[in-house]
Amino acid sequence: MEILVCVKRVPDTAENEIEVNKDGTGIETDDLVYSVNEWDNYAVEEAIQIRDKVGGSVTIVSVGDEESEEVVRREMAMGADNGLLLTDDAFEGSDGKGTATLLKAVVEKGNYDLILTGAQADDGAGQVGGMLATMLDMPYASLVNAIEMLDDKKLKIGREIEGGNQEMSEIELPCVLSIQTGINEPRYVGIRGIRKVASIEIPVYGAGDLGLSADAIGAAGAGVKRLDYFVPELGEGAEMLEGSTEEIVEKLIELLKAKGGIK
Amino acid sequence: MAKIFTYITFKNGVPDDSALELVNAAKQIAPDASPTAVVVGSGIDALCKEVAASYAEVWKVDNEAFAYPNAEVIRNVLSSILPQECILLVPHDTFGMDLSPGLSIKMDTVFMPDTVGFGGLEGSMLKCIRQEYGGAVSTHVSCDITKGAILNIRPGAFQPDESKAAAGQVVDKSAEAGDLSTKRVYLETVAAEVGDVDITKEDVLVSIGRGIEDEDNIEIAEDLAKAMGAVVSCSRPIVDAKWLEKSRQVGTSGQTVKPKVYLACGISGSFQHLGGLKGNPFVVAINKNPKAPIFQVADVGIEADILDFLPELTEAIENL
Repeated sequence: MEILVCVKRVPDTAENEIEVNKDGTGIETDDLVYSVNEWDNYAVEEAIQIRDKVGGSVTIVSVGDEESEEVVRREMAMGADNGLLLTDDAFEGSDGKGTATLLKAVVEKGNYDLILTGAQADDGAGQVGGMLATMLDMPYASLVNAIEMLDDKKLKIGREIEGGNQEMSEIELPCVLSIQTGINEPRYVGIRGIRKVASIEIPVYGAGDLGLSADAIGAAGAGVKRLDYFVPELGEGAEMLEGSTEEIVEKLIELLKAKGGIK
Repeated sequence: MAKIFTYITFKNGVPDDSALELVNAAKQIAPDASPTAVVVGSGIDALCKEVAASYAEVWKVDNEAFAYPNAEVIRNVLSSILPQECILLVPHDTFGMDLSPGLSIKMDTVFMPDTVGFGGLEGSMLKCIRQEYGGAVSTHVSCDITKGAILNIRPGAFQPDESKAAAGQVVDKSAEAGDLSTKRVYLETVAAEVGDVDITKEDVLVSIGRGIEDEDNIEIAEDLAKAMGAVVSCSRPIVDAKWLEKSRQVGTSGQTVKPKVYLACGISGSFQHLGGLKGNPFVVAINKNPKAPIFQVADVGIEADILDFLPELTEAIENL
């Protein structure tokens, strides 16, 4: 089984407070800690587990700037066999379709049976996997939280649907699956693991290597463009309790009593 | 102006709330829009009639093959029945997330995921509003609808149109459904496991999120719940880490709860989490990040580290 896993370098929301920058053109990037998109970690773990069961190889690919090499390397340290980095100034400003177009070119250079992505990144779009599948004319399933090999042509998969229910299906290979968190427990990668893969060369592809014309990718090819960032106003906002911890606790207990929160 | 269509999802023959919300979403794109609803299913005459109360026109696509909504099949159906260069609104639920990205490629249109609002249409540029980073920031995103668009709309983001005065007509499009073959075959739905506690029946929930930091700290929340006569529920990361059972998870991918009082402890408040919180409870948010989105929807907020604050609260309640 030849498996390709698409991963993305993102600001780590567990480690950062995400704020809009001064002129509203983006988020404040000073002091941001980056890591691999959380969902992608589960996709890589799943790929490695499948390979360990049935043989084959796992290739990690990322679209991003040169710094994305660190996340490709980190995911390789989990036990993947190969890494690829797609970076080119021409890729900047790509929308979901542009990114899917880049990944399609990579898939067509290889011979993959299974392509995995994370179910979404922190921008919450969750679009690249589904677009890629249709571009490749492969079947697709999103929010996958279980994979079982039936034979070398078919998988049994579970999708996480509303209410914690699980939708079971059979899907033919080759296919594209986007992976939901919780499908497995991604292994820990220590410094030693990363050192082990430190000297492995990660090939870098640009637009020319992928045979792509500039108008299909990057800002020129994007039908969807971010205009600005702002702080959302969802509601009136909470009444903030202030004072010493003791005073806050006292006020809160009064409120909880009044609302039936303490039995 | 391109014709606007909406995709109707339903369960047990009853249209989803989004069916009425999409009417208003369409009107926010163009105030004079009269969208056409598309209903794909098996044995759906009564359902289509109900939808026609809110839509001037309902396109029915009825076939036994649609007894279960398989996005892989319905994607083909929509691309064969819909005109080129139309705008299709789809609820951004687990079905819409499965369907729409690929549909936009098939129909060669743009795709806008998880839209929560619109900021006007200028020429062919539609301004959409989205959220990123779990609701911490919002963005205006422009979308070129020259060749149509697939717009996924967040459930609950638009008010439902309750007027039900459309008295619309149902048009049978079943014969135009096209190729129904698929490489992904639905087998069955496995119901969520029932846990030791049914959080959907509890009046008071002490709910924990990432802020609990470590499995060993869950005891802190359990102690508080015990003192209050409540039970512990949680947000998704706690279940992903396998610290609590799935049956304790509040959210669209977990349980829908209707407590009277909800203590959100170290929960940032993503829309997926809030989607599982119904019945307008009294919400207390405790979080060390003053910018956490949960503070925008809570009734009362406390900026504190739950690992310090919850034990203090527990002790004070025990001493009452």
